[in-house]
Amino acid sequence: MSNKKPVMNGAEIFFECLRREGVEHIFGYPGGAVLKIYEHLYDVDFLKHILVRHEQGAVHMAEGYAKASGKVGVVLVTSGPGATNTVTGITDAYMDSIPIVVFTGQVPSHLIGKDAFQEADIVGITRPITKHNFLVRDVRDLASTIKKAFYIAASGKPGPVLVDLPKDVINSKCEFEYPDNVELRGYKPVTVGNQSQIKKAAEMIKQAKRPLLYVGGGVICSNGFAELGILARENKLPVTMTLHGLGSFPMTDELSLGMLGMHGTYWANQAVTNCDVLVSLGARFDDRVTGKVDTFAKDAYKIHVDIDPAAIDKNVYVDLPIVGDVKNVMAELAAEISAPPELDEWWSTINGWKEECPLYYESGDGRLRTEYVLERLLDKTKGNAIVVSDVGQHQMWVTQYYQFVHPRSHITSGGLGTMGFSVPAAIGAHFARPDIPVLSISGDGGFQMNMQELITAAYHKLPIKFIIMNNSFLGMVRQWQELFHAEKYSFTDLSDSNPDFMKVADAFGCAGITTNSPKDVDDVIDQMMAINDRPVVVEFKIVREDMVFPMVPAGGSIGDMIVRRLDPNE
Amino acid sequence: MKRTISVLLENRYGAFNRVSTLFSGKGFNIHSISIGETEMPDIARMTLVTSGDDKMMDQILKQLNRLIDTLKVVDLSRVNTVTRELALISVSYKKGNRAEITSLASMFKGKVVDITNRTITFELTGPPDKIDAAVNMLLPYGIIEVARTGTVALRRGEQVKLTPQQSESKGE
Ligand SMILES: Cc1ncc(C[n+]2csc(CCOP(=O)(O)OP(=O)(O)O)c2C)c(N)n1
Repeated sequence: MSNKKPVMNGAEIFFECLRREGVEHIFGYPGGAVLKIYEHLYDVDFLKHILVRHEQGAVHMAEGYAKASGKVGVVLVTSGPGATNTVTGITDAYMDSIPIVVFTGQVPSHLIGKDAFQEADIVGITRPITKHNFLVRDVRDLASTIKKAFYIAASGKPGPVLVDLPKDVINSKCEFEYPDNVELRGYKPVTVGNQSQIKKAAEMIKQAKRPLLYVGGGVICSNGFAELGILARENKLPVTMTLHGLGSFPMTDELSLGMLGMHGTYWANQAVTNCDVLVSLGARFDDRVTGKVDTFAKDAYKIHVDIDPAAIDKNVYVDLPIVGDVKNVMAELAAEISAPPELDEWWSTINGWKEECPLYYESGDGRLRTEYVLERLLDKTKGNAIVVSDVGQHQMWVTQYYQFVHPRSHITSGGLGTMGFSVPAAIGAHFARPDIPVLSISGDGGFQMNMQELITAAYHKLPIKFIIMNNSFLGMVRQWQELFHAEKYSFTDLSDSNPDFMKVADAFGCAGITTNSPKDVDDVIDQMMAINDRPVVVEFKIVREDMVFPMVPAGGSIGDMIVRRLDPNE
Repeated sequence: MKRTISVLLENRYGAFNRVSTLFSGKGFNIHSISIGETEMPDIARMTLVTSGDDKMMDQILKQLNRLIDTLKVVDLSRVNTVTRELALISVSYKKGNRAEITSLASMFKGKVVDITNRTITFELTGPPDKIDAAVNMLLPYGIIEVARTGTVALRRGEQVKLTPQQSESKGE
């Protein structure tokens, strides 16, 4: 019996693999090394290619897409400059464990190493910033490499994978066969937690007087929301979340303490500092969370659940590590805890902290502030929107004032803190979830770092709301200059050098709305939500010199927060 | 304290680089690395000598394990091992001290592998501290060049091997 396999060229194989991986969107930009792929793309109908305006934008879009959908985001760029332009985005995805696969063109194999036109050693460049990367040297390895790339990106602790495709590999032909499964002998993520450790953890939680769940992005990666909900609610455990954990548990729930860390809530940080059993669920004890490590939950018995063994004991020593998929582990933990701990006293202490130092911002002076805009946005959307923030003060206010209730509704750049993330990531999020409103929120600084992608959104008529919180300052840097650098506002004032954002909106085919008055906010929100045939740029001209509080100074203990600006007269 | 780690890894393009990139990126020390094929042509063994406190060692081992190209990582400082290094040491001699140099080298079981009218080159194998000692002893005579392979090590008796599952060839 003949079982002849079809003969295809590299480009055809490439698309056949994407089809089998269920890829529906690909963010890319053509160039010499990938012309053959683009030639075939012309006739491909199972996926939509989104032409970006800068390859960094393509990677952030793929990240936004992956975070909003839980699927792998895919990028296609050419060799040399196309490839190097992806580096910031790939690093961002690496730091935030976002599953993406980046395909880069490469010069023909015989020219590699010859400083050929548009050659860059992108595999070498991205080795420390990818979960894994590949140079495909033979078209016969192409299909199995793509299969591995998708598997590695999405499994275990997710992350970016880069596949470098020399031009001759794409042009040559071979029999096509797609492997059914992946066998990587050096890579076997552990998903099932150790039973006796889980029993021990359950016992500790049961006996705890002041337990606390510290929830990170891992719970979202693993889709463990239901399990977290059961674990927390059945035992009335307080829940604090990291920047990437927000949305895994409704912030409106009375068990939620909001975010912890540098700009976390006072009560969350007090709870961490005073808890007796800390259960870390898919979080990595990042320095923006822990502050001074020695004093972080210093008297607590620490349980750390993580899929990545290398995360255990990396920043903070823990008493009980459980390596495994946090979704499974939470389910088993919940089942194992037979009787909930008695926590009335702990809850009254926590509520005391909440009363002692609630979130606060100035109001009533007729001036516009980000916090107010966010409260109104929350009220109008009821949390049924994806909020994609950029990096800076507005990003921290978003965590404090926009109460996330749905998983995957909060997207931001955390680990790398990449300004310019929001505009393209919001576009990616929209392609993943066209059914719900997407709000991009940036500062005036970060907005300008990838605003070229507005035209990408406009071309596809995406009704994304691109919101700019314009203080005409690099606000977060200005805040540090005021607090820690002798009020030398060195190169952070943009008041003489910002573009006219309404003209920008117009030039890029977007609607534009601007205001500086709290009175207009509700109207502006209604107007922007009503625009459905194109993007809208909404500029809120806010108080220029506000600061984000509470705050833990860098390297300080999180139990020691600056809660508000000192009055110079005090 | 110096620690020796044995790593079995895929014998393919870039795998070695991943390890060195990891060490430089994470700020881990490397005293020596040696690498070569094993009895299985698709698997290489790397012997790494590093140093750091227990916390750093813990991270080094975990981060090495995390690489997709590494198949097995073993901290040899915790087990009984045979450790060897090979060195070529070229020393200059003057009229009258050649015999002295040669006999010194022979105390370390050094073998003469090259000789000219001004230099003599020895081949030495042994545990790294023996090589250190030989180099120190020969230093006063004028060492011209030293080439060392770096440490290679194996566990005594029971071997550091792949589990059957790991050594299965990849399903294509
Ligand atoms: C690409 C990049 N460059 C520089 C920084 C450093 N940085 C962090 S926050 C910030 C200011 C952001 O200002 P803006 O975008 O106006 O937002 P705001 O803080 O005012 O809300 C800067 C420059 C960064 N995070 N990313």
